[in-house]
Amino acid sequence: MLGVLYFHQQGNAAEKLAMDGGIGQGKKGEKGECCESLVGVKMSAELMELASMDWTNTEHMMGTTIMATAFDGGVVMGADSRTTTGSYIANRVSDKITPITDKVWCCRSGSAADTQAISDYVRLYTAQHAIELGQEPRVKTVANLFREICYSNKANLMAGIICAGWDQFSGGQVYNITLGGSCVQQPFSIGGSGSTYIYGYCDSNFRENMTRDECVEFVKHALALAMARDGSSGGVIRMVIIDSSGVQKVFIPGDKLPMAWQG
Amino acid sequence: MSGIGTGYDLSTTTFSPDGRVFQVEYSSKAVENSGTLVGVRCKDGVVMAIEKIVTSKMMVKGSCRRCHIVDLHAGLSVAGMGADGRVIVDRARQEAAQYRSIYGIEIPGRVLAERIASFVHMYSLYWFVRPFGCAVMFGSYSEEEGPQLYVIEPSGIVYRYFAYALGKGKQIAKTELEKIKFDEITCREAIKELTNIIVGKCRDESRDKAFELEMLWICDESLRKCQLVPSALVDEALELAKAAAESDDEDME
Repeated sequence: MLGVLYFHQQGNAAEKLAMDGGIGQGKKGEKGECCESLVGVKMSAELMELASMDWTNTEHMMGTTIMATAFDGGVVMGADSRTTTGSYIANRVSDKITPITDKVWCCRSGSAADTQAISDYVRLYTAQHAIELGQEPRVKTVANLFREICYSNKANLMAGIICAGWDQFSGGQVYNITLGGSCVQQPFSIGGSGSTYIYGYCDSNFRENMTRDECVEFVKHALALAMARDGSSGGVIRMVIIDSSGVQKVFIPGDKLPMAWQG
Repeated sequence: MSGIGTGYDLSTTTFSPDGRVFQVEYSSKAVENSGTLVGVRCKDGVVMAIEKIVTSKMMVKGSCRRCHIVDLHAGLSVAGMGADGRVIVDRARQEAAQYRSIYGIEIPGRVLAERIASFVHMYSLYWFVRPFGCAVMFGSYSEEEGPQLYVIEPSGIVYRYFAYALGKGKQIAKTELEKIKFDEITCREAIKELTNIIVGKCRDESRDKAFELEMLWICDESLRKCQLVPSALVDEALELAKAAAESDDEDME
């Protein structure tokens, strides 16, 4: 039954189920069959149950928690690892921190497909621009490319991106590219559905001029709190630390997350 | 159409047998007939000065501009056909604005100079256009690169210079420019030197037509913004240069 559902990506679930149950006129596995005879047919209990299996045909979303914090000389980026399709966890160890250049990376939230495509484009444009410039573009330049794409296609995109990195001119920087396509530089930035649970935590625990290690702790604890409360965030914590000397990746497994009050 | 090597100068799409494109070479003749344009890179910025020939006594002062502002941090001056120069300026402004909107930062001088050069070069490749009858001197001052001076010729070639001269008096002006260490002086000091070169060395007051001196600078004094040199400074330099030239003449006699 599921096989048939996968073949039929267009039209609503009830139609396909009806077809499969032999109510409609269509044959199994054929694309584009219509189900005119559906009108007036009452759904069986089995069909009702199957109609709720939205994870079979809805978009992969990153109901996410992402964040980035700048420190003197670099940035700490972090993300959870949950990718969902409706209520189904499609990937529990996804990597939402994506490289654009060696020293500029982005945290992706929203539609997995959209943000992958956007970051692919930005990586391409940035690489071409690097050739014209004869050097790696600045973080600000990369962030502006994200903004340009997100803003000019905002009707068709679902993407919240945090672009962060290090360059020789301005050091560590964090830019938040919002759903609507604005680009704002911030000392630290949080995003994704899980971020709503930790605004208070971040506001009260962020301090200016934190060291690299303090930033790592800040990001780690904030993400763990969001992952505990947000149903769409969870799994493991992935972090990327960028400074003048290079990039360091940090992995915190799901059973080593910092624990807060568990009720 | 007699003899070998003739008849190859009507289009830029045909090379002569010895590998030259005559139309492009003729376009530099248009530049050589221009009023003298000198530009230098100093320790704190870039400054350019042009001798703008005034063809009519009825022309309003300050019209027919030859120094143009391209972006906050960049500007250029035109030697040769002023109208052709405005097409280049227009394109340069578009490039600068487009770069700013896409990348969120000001366009680096080298990138803009190369883009202008590519644009100019396109006009030396097709039968349905003629090459530009002008060369441009392009200056920029950015945090990253510091002050820079470029010259773009009608062939589309671009070089970066410490100092350069174009137009009628270019040979004399270049000789004079080589005598001064512009790396050690400020743009404000260079104004007098450039005025002196144009008025005192390149011009022959008894023979040459009336002129107006137009100057453009991008330097620390102008807060790294491209602007025309304030007229008070230009007038002051002009008076000094004229007085010096007159006393020179008296000495000669």
